[in-house]
Amino acid sequence: MAQVVGEQPEIAPGSTTGDRSSRGTAAVSLGLRLLSMGPLLILVLLAAVIGLLTPNFLKPGNLSNILAQTAVIAIVAIGQHLVILTRGIDLSVGANLALATVIGGLVFRVADSAPLVILAMLLSGVAVGAINGTAYVFGRLPHPFIITLATLSICRGLALELAIGHTTMRGMPDAIATIGGATTFGVPNSFFVVFGVAAIVLLMAKAMVWGRWIYAVGGEPEAAVQMGIPVKGVLISTYVISGLCAGIGAVVLAGRTAASSPLYGNLLELDTIAAVIIGGASFLGGRGHIGHALIGAVMIGVIRNALNLLGVDVFFQMIAIGFIIVVAVEADVLRNRLEARARVMQAARTS
Amino acid sequence: MSASAATSVLAVRHAQKRFGAVHALKDVSLEAYSGEVLALLGDNGAGKSTLVKCISGVHALDDGEVLLDGEIVSIRSPAAARRAGIETVYQDLALFDNLTPAQNFYCGRELAFPAWLPQGLRFLKSAAMDRETAAVLDRLKVKLPKFDAPVALMSGGQRQAIAVARATVFARKVVILDEPTAALGVRESRKVLDLIAQLRAEGNAVILITHNMEHVVELADRAVVLRQGRKVGELKPTRASQQELVSLIVGAEA
Repeated sequence: MAQVVGEQPEIAPGSTTGDRSSRGTAAVSLGLRLLSMGPLLILVLLAAVIGLLTPNFLKPGNLSNILAQTAVIAIVAIGQHLVILTRGIDLSVGANLALATVIGGLVFRVADSAPLVILAMLLSGVAVGAINGTAYVFGRLPHPFIITLATLSICRGLALELAIGHTTMRGMPDAIATIGGATTFGVPNSFFVVFGVAAIVLLMAKAMVWGRWIYAVGGEPEAAVQMGIPVKGVLISTYVISGLCAGIGAVVLAGRTAASSPLYGNLLELDTIAAVIIGGASFLGGRGHIGHALIGAVMIGVIRNALNLLGVDVFFQMIAIGFIIVVAVEADVLRNRLEARARVMQAARTS
Repeated sequence: MSASAATSVLAVRHAQKRFGAVHALKDVSLEAYSGEVLALLGDNGAGKSTLVKCISGVHALDDGEVLLDGEIVSIRSPAAARRAGIETVYQDLALFDNLTPAQNFYCGRELAFPAWLPQGLRFLKSAAMDRETAAVLDRLKVKLPKFDAPVALMSGGQRQAIAVARATVFARKVVILDEPTAALGVRESRKVLDLIAQLRAEGNAVILITHNMEHVVELADRAVVLRQGRKVGELKPTRASQQELVSLIVGAEA
């Protein structure tokens, strides 16, 4: 036979014996399944423990409160999740949201029309997203970190500049206040907004070709080019949708507070990135689904709420969420290693 | 000129390619015929991969032309190459680890409806794609541990088989394979060689890049040798000419 056999895929020594390897495979696939279920399990456990510690936690009023407080993070995290799927990041979402509320507030000064104000906020969000996407792709920037950091600063500054008195402006059309603040059958209306956005994005991401392309671009950017996927367009679209989600978040937040403010959405970029990562999406791109973003958002909401109920310092909340992010990213690393193990075992079994 | 072009599926004429100071292709011409395996040989840096990338739309030629079925075509992107009927199995496989075999098969040319929408906004026909992929893998006797698992969980040989099988589905004229057995063991290589033979039997023009002379002698109908960006020889590889081929590759006059 030929002496040019090439390198074998790295087979771990001693893992080739049939019985042991099949048991090992079972353990690895169990581990992988647990990791994929992890965030949801943790959320359920967390809720149960907190429910035992503080009876007020599970009361309908409080749960509805959590949903309302989580709505903005959840909506914006849905957009962030699409960006992260393509190995990107959108740091501008918080400032984008603030600018959108300010522009909505200015439009409200001119015309007390809910559709007009909503349209203005959504367009503002989309415009910022489009700038992020096109500057990243056509400016050939090494990483979206840079452009979205720039637009974070620009949007925040612009919002402060444009806002009358450079601060919070009271007043929103009644319809918007209803969307953001009121409840239907005890469920906050903002929850229905989250549900609607999630349903539409889920449909687009899982049932449409566009969604498949997002996963392809995030999974293997080089291969996506070779397979003829319009990578640039796909990348830009994720930033546009992320901007749109920031605009929708602006409508909800402005509605809940019946105000617009250049100070809104402070550190929202961190909350949304944390939500996506905590929820179990991979920071390395290509893996994760919308449920991850939602679970992560709710988890952040639950932790904040519980620590509030327990009377824990707000600073400790930040520390706690920081720790959880580390755990979540470690879980992602562990998953990648387990997958590599599974691959090696597969090679050992078939050869 | 046009008379000889009529018989070949793919012809490259006087290809020139530079990357800055590096002259990667110097006036290279070759032809590939249907139902034939053409081995493209050369040492590392000889220009094989560059030539292949120029044919498959990754790079553009600085000068020279590519003819498909005797007509000059300009292939500006990998997508255009695929549309023209040229399939490439890249050395890095261009597989998506996070997608299943079926999703990999159709990535970039998904079966979707309705036709009046732009491709990106159409809805996936997942069941049809799964069915087609399963049928193709079955026909090529490729066995996978799990059909609906991401290919990240599959072995090197299985991944290679998926990449080659993907090319067989869509190839209409030319299939290019860039070192398809480089990372495989003996048994897995055998499987891939069988797949290549099958590609040829189905009437494709197959261009095979490999360093393995055994494979060349066994499978290739013709061999073109490149050295330092230049075509230095073309012959029919046999046991007898194997030594001559090696000399051409390394540049020693035998």
